[in-house]
Amino acid sequence: MKKTSLLSVLVAGGILMTGCGNTDEAKKEDKPATEQAEKATVDLSVETAAYQKFALEQMDQFLLETEKFVNAFKAGDIEKAKAAYAPARMYFERSEPIAESFGDLDPRIDGRLADIKEEGKGEEEWSGYHKLEHALWVENKTAGYEAIADQLLADAKELHALVQTVEVSPDLMITGAVDLLNEVSTSKITGEEEIYSHTDLYDFKANIEGAEKIFEILRPKLEAKDKDLVATLDEKFKAVDDLLAKHATANGGYVSYEELTEENTKALAAAVNQLGEPLSQMGIILE
Amino acid sequence: MTVSNDEKWINKKISRRDMLKLTGMGVAGVAIGASGLGGVMKVMGYDVFEPVADSTTAVNKVDFYGKHQSGIITPVQTNIYFASLDVLFTSKKELQELFQQWTPLVVRLMNGELMVDLTTNTRVPTGDTGEADGLDASNLSITIGVGPSLFDKLGIQHLKPEELKDLPHFPKDQLQKEFTGGDLCIQACADDPQVAFHAVRNLVRTASGKVEIKWSQAGFNSFPAGGGSPRNLFAFKDGTVNPSSTDEKDLNKVVWVDKGWLKGGSYLVARKIQMHLETWDRTSLKDQEATFGRYRDSGAPIGKKKEFDDFDVEAKDSNGEYIMPDTSHVHLARKSGARILRRSYSYASGVMTNTGTHDAGLLFISYQKDPAQFTTVQNSLGRMDKLNEYITHRGSAVFACFPGVSKGSYIGEALFNAL
Repeated sequence: MKKTSLLSVLVAGGILMTGCGNTDEAKKEDKPATEQAEKATVDLSVETAAYQKFALEQMDQFLLETEKFVNAFKAGDIEKAKAAYAPARMYFERSEPIAESFGDLDPRIDGRLADIKEEGKGEEEWSGYHKLEHALWVENKTAGYEAIADQLLADAKELHALVQTVEVSPDLMITGAVDLLNEVSTSKITGEEEIYSHTDLYDFKANIEGAEKIFEILRPKLEAKDKDLVATLDEKFKAVDDLLAKHATANGGYVSYEELTEENTKALAAAVNQLGEPLSQMGIILE
Repeated sequence: MTVSNDEKWINKKISRRDMLKLTGMGVAGVAIGASGLGGVMKVMGYDVFEPVADSTTAVNKVDFYGKHQSGIITPVQTNIYFASLDVLFTSKKELQELFQQWTPLVVRLMNGELMVDLTTNTRVPTGDTGEADGLDASNLSITIGVGPSLFDKLGIQHLKPEELKDLPHFPKDQLQKEFTGGDLCIQACADDPQVAFHAVRNLVRTASGKVEIKWSQAGFNSFPAGGGSPRNLFAFKDGTVNPSSTDEKDLNKVVWVDKGWLKGGSYLVARKIQMHLETWDRTSLKDQEATFGRYRDSGAPIGKKKEFDDFDVEAKDSNGEYIMPDTSHVHLARKSGARILRRSYSYASGVMTNTGTHDAGLLFISYQKDPAQFTTVQNSLGRMDKLNEYITHRGSAVFACFPGVSKGSYIGEALFNAL
């Protein structure tokens, strides 16, 4: 879960733009780089439209799969609900730069108990996927959680509706790709995202796929600026994918986080960090 | 952008203002030619071998270029950040490229400059992480060496000097894998802890995908106003019998390698030694002094008056007892006959989770022309050393630190010339 929202990115950008107009000369001397960069315009409308389409498709699937999960859960079918849990969440994780951009909705859908407590709220305010994860894997029951399941579906519908209105900016894509990797580095690789189901590798894979999608959309623009960077990114994405593939299961899923050795997680973390450095250079196309 | 233009840019110091002009950023909305930007990125980026000179105006600066690497006989700074790295590649060429890439960056770091000029594009991360901005060079020295495992990894065993091998097991060693060995080392010493850390952090960052940190240790030294050697965390002076940094003849005898591609370089031995402060602190002063073989207050050898007074290790009192106890640290070290250049730093890294005691001790570092000198001293200490009761060796590594770099050359060139 991340708190940086799309709205705040857009608003911040707006303020900076406005600031440009009335800045005095002396201040320009101090910070030419920032202001000049804000003025540069590069047409990425094709790319942002492509990403928007991708995100909307992911959200469509997220809603469908969440509905399946909620139905299984409410029917009291614990095994079926468990099986639907991680795959449904992958659609959310893949499009997280957009999915997480609506203030209250992200914590309601994806909040972990630790996040809720950190905000000074009590357990009673905890809702969403991770609360149902706790019910399924720790309490091994669904009874008593029907209202939470209903709320999750309602929230997913609301998110789906809101996402239709999002305007994707180049900044959102470029920052989003790095943020997806940072998510992996800070919570997935430590097993702190799915502390009851230990399905962290599903989220891990989805985050990487989300970043890779952005890279793929930007590829032609990147190729025009820096071929070496594209080659490096191809190589580093492959390295992460190959490592993840080692932990795939026969049914297309991933092994439990608990089965990973310290050596495994260290190798995965290193591969993600080595991908993150070049990925953070994608901003060169904005200049 | 043609190659010749690239070269022209490289040889010229580019100011931030020039950069704005070059990239056309001075004019709002002007799109930059794709190939042009690529050229600029090469200059601002890390992958260009751009010679950088030692600054003549920087304050508190240690020179990079010279016969020997800095950080060996350079006057000991107050702080160290020592990192042992593993390489992720397997070819000699990649190692060479890494050192070529690092060389100008190391000079800039030692000049107290930003390692890479700020870019005009704020939508990408900065080339220098920035935490040393506004701090001067702080006498930063960077010393780079290669460990025995590197030669095996790159398939160049024939160039591994026979002296370069893992140290033997010593009595009471409790080495932990996570503090032992390494393919490369970066010893960054400075009179500011943040400057030292910044140097290692940025060199490792520019080598993303090529190296990873195996282990690292920060350390500190504090120098008494009246001069003399700094005290370790047992409060005893450390490094008293070092050869003088100005006695060329003595240094040639003790420190500098005089043959092969390592000529002018030196072997670094690093030992992470945990010091059991709690048990030490409940030991009487008399016993503490008998353990070291020196007086704590003055640092003088037992039976002498001043820190640097010479002593006869075999001297006995009227009762036939050794004046300096024969189980004392200094007695045993001196008796070995071997000499080394000590350059150690204390560390305090929190709490030992299994015991709740201080995780503190000494990052022992010594330079010598042959690691066997250290081995001889350590073997002499052996099981006899009274100090053993209070310390545990947790980490160990040995590196061959390259000779100095002359202008136009790069770190480790002698090794690649020998290939």
